[in-house]
Amino acid sequence: MSHESESSVVEVVETDMVFTTVQLGRACHVDAAALEELVSQGILEPQGTGPEDWRFAGANLQRAKTALRLIRDLGVNAAGAALALELMAQMEALRRAAKSSE
Amino acid sequence: MQFKDYYETLGVARDATGEEIKRAYRKLARKYHPDVSKLADAEERFKEVGEAYEVLQDTEKRAAYDALGEKWREAGQPRGDDFRPPPDWDQGFEFKGRDAGDLHDLFETLFGQRGAHAHRHADVRRPGEDHHAKVAIEIEDAYRGATRTVTLRQPVMDEQGHVSVTQRQLSVTVPVGVREGQHLRLAGQGGAGAAGAPAGDLYLEITFLPHKLYRVDGRDVSVDLPVAPWEAALGATVTAPTPVGPVALSIPAGSVQGRKLRLKGRGLPGQPPGDLYAVLSIALPPATSDAARDFYAQWQKTMPFNPRESMGV
Repeated sequence: MSHESESSVVEVVETDMVFTTVQLGRACHVDAAALEELVSQGILEPQGTGPEDWRFAGANLQRAKTALRLIRDLGVNAAGAALALELMAQMEALRRAAKSSE
Repeated sequence: MQFKDYYETLGVARDATGEEIKRAYRKLARKYHPDVSKLADAEERFKEVGEAYEVLQDTEKRAAYDALGEKWREAGQPRGDDFRPPPDWDQGFEFKGRDAGDLHDLFETLFGQRGAHAHRHADVRRPGEDHHAKVAIEIEDAYRGATRTVTLRQPVMDEQGHVSVTQRQLSVTVPVGVREGQHLRLAGQGGAGAAGAPAGDLYLEITFLPHKLYRVDGRDVSVDLPVAPWEAALGATVTAPTPVGPVALSIPAGSVQGRKLRLKGRGLPGQPPGDLYAVLSIALPPATSDAARDFYAQWQKTMPFNPRESMGV
């Protein structure tokens, strides 16, 4: 492993990237079956007809990481994580609405 | 290292059953989970709860902890004693796990509890793993773009189970308009591939360092702007700071404490850019001279005012 400073091309995942199922699985350290579970609960919304040709917009990385953390840390299943994400999004919307009407 | 009472952390009695400990942990984990909680110290609390549970849910570790108190770890796991995570371990630490904040992975990597599985990274031909780390940048970096040198530390365990930390430095271009929670991907900067397979990628999750003036919410930025009473009452054009330099801001007459003035498009850059909010805070000149005290007395006489009127007192 190098100790010198190296330079590297940077992409912003959320705006520049599209993942295949294999790539997203590698980035999240889970297998395709785990991603399929998140897709079946509507947590991730890929384009395409099946795992082989799914394309995930970059923003799915954040959602996948959050959902997988909730599943791992809180002992909930994918449906529970989906509900938590939905409620968190609603809370965030309420918080913003409250803030802008201040 | 400060002694931590794991029972107190979980709020359970010293003779709590495994079921009670699990229940207490689940409840606290939900409450303080950093993805769920908005508390400033949620992550810290969540880690403490996780550390306590890690020990108390394991019969052997709990027995060692009960018998030895704070010395349990040294006695039970001599190997763990010669390494302490640096105080800022969370920052720039690089993980193979799915997440930079993964305490359990850190613990297990550092203290060797997963030693039996350590060989799994070297045994087959396959692409390198994707790594994750968090990177804290200044708000100004997101406005202007920047090149930052990131020091990544990675715990590595050798075949004897000794843990050491390797460091490497990477020069990272922070793109204009990057937001908190977004990820930068550095292709090929993750784990090395085995037997000629390509290296994995490195994902850097962006966080913003706390700023003494600005607060960020998504793409919007807020700043508290002190104004003099006469500026608020009569209106004025004042100079307000923004992350890319001062701007002239018009304060409408009759402004009150907490009024928000929007500077459209002066939040984080992007398509569309965010807004900058100046939140007015009315500052009073101190009454430290006779002249100032006379002025306040005069003011009181000529402008009778009960600020608590709406409270009915």
